[in-house]
Amino acid sequence: MDRSLIGRTWPDKQYRITADALRFFAKATGETNPVYLNEAAARAAGHPTLPVPPTFLFSAELLAESDGFWIEEIDVPLEKVLHAEQSFELDRVVYAGETLTIGSRISDVYDKKRGLLEFVTRDVTYHDESGCRCALLQSVLVVRHG
Amino acid sequence: MVELTAVHTDALSVGTKLSDVVRGPISRTTLALFAGASGDHNPIHIDTDFARAAGLPDVFAHGMLSMAYLAQLLTGWLPQAQLRRWQARFVSITPVMATIRCQGEVAELFEEAGERRARIRISAGVEGGAQTLVGEAIVALA
Repeated sequence: MDRSLIGRTWPDKQYRITADALRFFAKATGETNPVYLNEAAARAAGHPTLPVPPTFLFSAELLAESDGFWIEEIDVPLEKVLHAEQSFELDRVVYAGETLTIGSRISDVYDKKRGLLEFVTRDVTYHDESGCRCALLQSVLVVRHG
Repeated sequence: MVELTAVHTDALSVGTKLSDVVRGPISRTTLALFAGASGDHNPIHIDTDFARAAGLPDVFAHGMLSMAYLAQLLTGWLPQAQLRRWQARFVSITPVMATIRCQGEVAELFEEAGERRARIRISAGVEGGAQTLVGEAIVALA
């Protein structure tokens, strides 16, 4: 992988988070906390509506309409890629019905074991409709050669 | 009626354990549902033929599925609004049909940005098997 990838950005994507998508995600992840399953329960706990669980933000980036999948665009074979690390900085809780603007940038590329393992770090930011940042997610992927 | 788990933050100390979260077994149905719900359609998690062609014995679970379970460990313990930042490393693959146990323990109490915070050591692992995710969370104490 070329180090010139560092600094590469992708066009911002918009994604509107629906309650249906959140309920599907809750079911798929075996969620049992009613706050994430039921709007009445969410309101009873002091939320305006269903809160977006932290890792759904990662999915929002994948679910947003896009011209292509960035891993394929940098010519990395999908079957050689593993997720190595994931971090979240959370500025506030996001709710169903919000539309997020999602921007992404490759912030680092490095290798270990004489290039047998290549790592790529990607920063993804989430801004709300008023332009305030809601979250910063950082992913490190590893590409295994040989 | 919902009751958020009350966290008696005055009683917190280093070594205080969170209630474990156990999920699974992670069947192929779970993986198919998570692929759809999460937007991660990588066939390595849902297509055995693809996994075998890539030299693997079978499909394996998405790392982000276990990270969602770790999020439930935290948000089942205290309101999500108190979660400031958190991270995990994916240290081994989660095989299909694994049952995952998520654990957390208070590692440090400190002040940051004008509030009392705790560092929580978190991990996920296959029941009776290897650790799969290790990380930490920084939470604000109300």
